[in-house]
Amino acid sequence: MDKLLNDFSFGLFVWQTLLFVLLLLLLYKYAWKPILNAVDDREEGIKNALAAAEDAKKEMQNVTADSEKLLKEARGEREAMLKEARELREKMMANAKEQAKVEGDKMIAQAKATIDGEKKAAVAEIKNQVADLSVQIAEKVLKEQLTNKDKQLKLVDDMLGDLKLN
Amino acid sequence: MRSLFTIKVLLICSIFLGYSLSATAKEETSEGTKKDLKTEIKEYIDHHLKDSHDFSIFSYTEDSGKHVYIGLPLPIILWDNGIHVFSSSQFHHGETLAQAGGNYYALDHGKIYKTDAEGTMTYDEEGHATNLKPIDFSVTKNVVMMIITGLLMLWLFSSLARSYAKNNGVPTGAGRFFEPIVLYIRDDIAKPTIGEKRYRKYMPFLLTIFFFIWFLNMFGLTPLGVNVTGNIAITFGLALLTFLITNFTGTKDYWKHLVDPLGNAMPWYGKLPIYIILVPIELLGLIIKPFALLIRLYANMQAGHIVLMSLIGLMFIFKSWIGSPLSFFLAFAITLIEILVALLQAYIFTMLSSLYFGFASEEHDHHEEEPELAHL
Repeated sequence: MDKLLNDFSFGLFVWQTLLFVLLLLLLYKYAWKPILNAVDDREEGIKNALAAAEDAKKEMQNVTADSEKLLKEARGEREAMLKEARELREKMMANAKEQAKVEGDKMIAQAKATIDGEKKAAVAEIKNQVADLSVQIAEKVLKEQLTNKDKQLKLVDDMLGDLKLN
Repeated sequence: MRSLFTIKVLLICSIFLGYSLSATAKEETSEGTKKDLKTEIKEYIDHHLKDSHDFSIFSYTEDSGKHVYIGLPLPIILWDNGIHVFSSSQFHHGETLAQAGGNYYALDHGKIYKTDAEGTMTYDEEGHATNLKPIDFSVTKNVVMMIITGLLMLWLFSSLARSYAKNNGVPTGAGRFFEPIVLYIRDDIAKPTIGEKRYRKYMPFLLTIFFFIWFLNMFGLTPLGVNVTGNIAITFGLALLTFLITNFTGTKDYWKHLVDPLGNAMPWYGKLPIYIILVPIELLGLIIKPFALLIRLYANMQAGHIVLMSLIGLMFIFKSWIGSPLSFFLAFAITLIEILVALLQAYIFTMLSSLYFGFASEEHDHHEEEPELAHL
């Protein structure tokens, strides 16, 4: 203890305290404060960046889920549309078929009617021509027949016979 | 002063080689020289451990017996009915008197005494000088080392602080080494002991004291031969600051705990007889804590220097091909340990200061059920 007290130098103590306090103040102003602030800022920045990254990840997940949902919806919609189109086509085809049939039938009927008309007209013409021809033939026959008395009588008989038959 | 020894070691090595044959006869001539060497080494160690009024790098003795000192003289500042300032070169390393302001001063074992023109010194029976001592505010070797350390710290840490702004929050150069230490002190010393809320206001002191002690400890291991942190006045000053900060930042709870440690756990008539013993112990603890700090640092550094220098000194005492290398390797191993001790002591001082600050600034939640005996 005696040695300790003997070694103690008051001047050195004063210098030490003075220098240390001065150093403390200077370092506080020029070093510790900016260093600690910078470190804090950096740590804050890292924390924020991590949080932002986490947020972005979540957002990304949301977006993926959303797009998946959208895709599914779109796929469903497409399917529905295709189905509808198919149905529509079938319906249209059926309609067209029916209409064609109706039209065809109508045309066929028309054709038949025309044919019938034509046929009737042709038959009538033939009848007319046959009648003309018959008259001419009859004329000639009559002319010939009327030249001979017997023959005239026979003709009358035949004709009468024919009439009876009719 | 270590460099003196390294130079001596080198010299002796070379001399050994050259003179080994011729010197053998000389070595055995007298037992007296051997004893002289021992006392010389002892005195040298004593001298080294003390502060010095000049910054000597090394010294040697010429063949003519004249001591030659290589180094710088430092200013002497004395308070003796007025300020006297003069250079320490006037003392010629204690060989002559210095005259300032009509007074004569003598340098004796690193201390300055007032004497008359003849330099008369009076000693008591224990060998202590009884001459009047002027108050010595000299810029001693230790003061110079502290200034150098201070400037080094200022330069290192202000450049670290500036590198953040320049390099987008990432330190450069030496800062890369020191930043993790700063963060360690913050995260593993200050935050756990003081608490997340209040640690910030103590950080500048803790950082400064840590690096200050560490750097000075490390300088103590260089051949400059300074022993700043092994000086009782320095450790006293550091511990005093810790003591002052502890008590000036102490909360109401801290003071209340000091004079009323049991609180409401006991009625006053029960506490009274206990407090007769307890309160003085508490108050004593106030002083003992920083006192332990100052003695721990002082003793550790002092002891390290003594052991190291003694081992180096042993080389010259052994003077043999077995003993000298052995003590050299011992000294080498101790130096490595001392490097660890330099860091460890700085850490311990900082850690304990931080703990005391933590106790003082703590605001108790007043949990009555817990018996407050843990602190004893």
